[in-house]
Amino acid sequence: MIEILEPGSYASIQDGGRPGYGRLGVARSGAFDRAALRLANRLVGNRPDAAAIEVTLGGLSIRVHDAVTLALTGAACPGFDWGSATTLRAGAVLRLGAPPQGLRSYLAVRGGLAATAELGSRSTDTLSGLGPAPLRSGDQLSVGTDIADDVRGASAAPDPVRRVLRVIAGPRDDWFTPAALALLTERAWMVRPESNRVGIRLDGPGLERVRPGELASEPTLPGALQVPPDGRPILFGPDAPVTGGYPVIAVVRDDDLDAAAQLRPGDSITFRR
Amino acid sequence: MSLRLLPYGERAVLAEVDDAAAVLGLGGLASNARGVLEVVPAARTLLVRFDPRRTTAAAIGAVLRSFAGGEATDDPADAVVDLEVHYDGPDLAGVADEIGVSVEALIRQHSGVDYTVAFCGFAPGFAYLSGLDPALHVGRLAEPRTEVPAGSVGVAGEFTGVYPRSSPGGWRLLGRTDAPLWDTAREPPALLTPGTHVRFRPR
Repeated sequence: MIEILEPGSYASIQDGGRPGYGRLGVARSGAFDRAALRLANRLVGNRPDAAAIEVTLGGLSIRVHDAVTLALTGAACPGFDWGSATTLRAGAVLRLGAPPQGLRSYLAVRGGLAATAELGSRSTDTLSGLGPAPLRSGDQLSVGTDIADDVRGASAAPDPVRRVLRVIAGPRDDWFTPAALALLTERAWMVRPESNRVGIRLDGPGLERVRPGELASEPTLPGALQVPPDGRPILFGPDAPVTGGYPVIAVVRDDDLDAAAQLRPGDSITFRR
Repeated sequence: MSLRLLPYGERAVLAEVDDAAAVLGLGGLASNARGVLEVVPAARTLLVRFDPRRTTAAAIGAVLRSFAGGEATDDPADAVVDLEVHYDGPDLAGVADEIGVSVEALIRQHSGVDYTVAFCGFAPGFAYLSGLDPALHVGRLAEPRTEVPAGSVGVAGEFTGVYPRSSPGGWRLLGRTDAPLWDTAREPPALLTPGTHVRFRPR
């Protein structure tokens, strides 16, 4: 059993998510930084998409009621070794400080977390409410028994946060002026504080449209850069709505979406075609 | 049938067609194509997500272009769901007034048509039903309600639908149903999936 003493600013259980249910109106959800989740699970010998804790800007404190083996990946936080499997004895307390860079950390436990699954996933979907509630002080998390492999020991150092994301124009780039498309890839964009797992809200020069009105609702995917009427793009995260009526000017490449998970409010980023 | 293919990142393509029926027809075709992971319909577009190790956007485009129109072939197309509705919604009289008919006539018009689930969105299991009589096309509330009860039957624009769970919402509410629209213990969890035919029965 793992007891949450403090969740920090926001912490939730995340696994590989619910891909494939879009036609029922269900978001993919799951870890925002999927590579970090997989690494944490590999270190402790779990299946790659087992449920772990996604921590936002550190601040998580836990007490382990039994001896457990844990690994921390994603944003490195003071208070626990990054990228290595570490066993804590029963009764030990772990407190994560704030990461000096990056935003989301993943704390995997050998055996996985055993929350109740909905639609095959234990992920908290912050928009639709599917899956377990976000973590709160006093929550008791059961540790599962689904072990895939031996503990793997240590990994290399964390990647530095990337501030250049590659995009592919479209599907609705023709709704914008040529100047807007150029601005998207030439100017720096600042991450706004209202960002979360639904979307990373950006600030910068307004992207001007050549046609007014709204689209009939269209399917969306994480990585879409949707532009509401104020011209400031929103980069869709794993919990974004599966349909939307604002035009998507470009889509971030899937390989770069994990890097987006590590952007924190105030960070400046650029997009490259 | 006109068909436009639009890029959606490097692992999906968006197909734009004329109407919801064509979207469903394309969806049936695309979901059986090699390397396709997921097909998501919406009002006039279909998103096809694929495994780039097994296929390409161009190959999927070729499959989609072979579609000549015709009946929707999405799997539950033959399913018909009858929903019993208590027509006592808070916007019933207002909508009747706005379109210039009696409440009784509005109920007759809304329940006298077979609808088809065009797509789901907004929330898990929230189905957009096409087939609404154009006389019943009304705007959303200027100010959405902060809480619409589960089972509420509403109209907005060209669509009618049922709120599967309690949520905020701006649709004009005509009534409510007790049918369980969303149950994650059921497969599929949504009662109304794309292609399902739906009838409302006043009670």
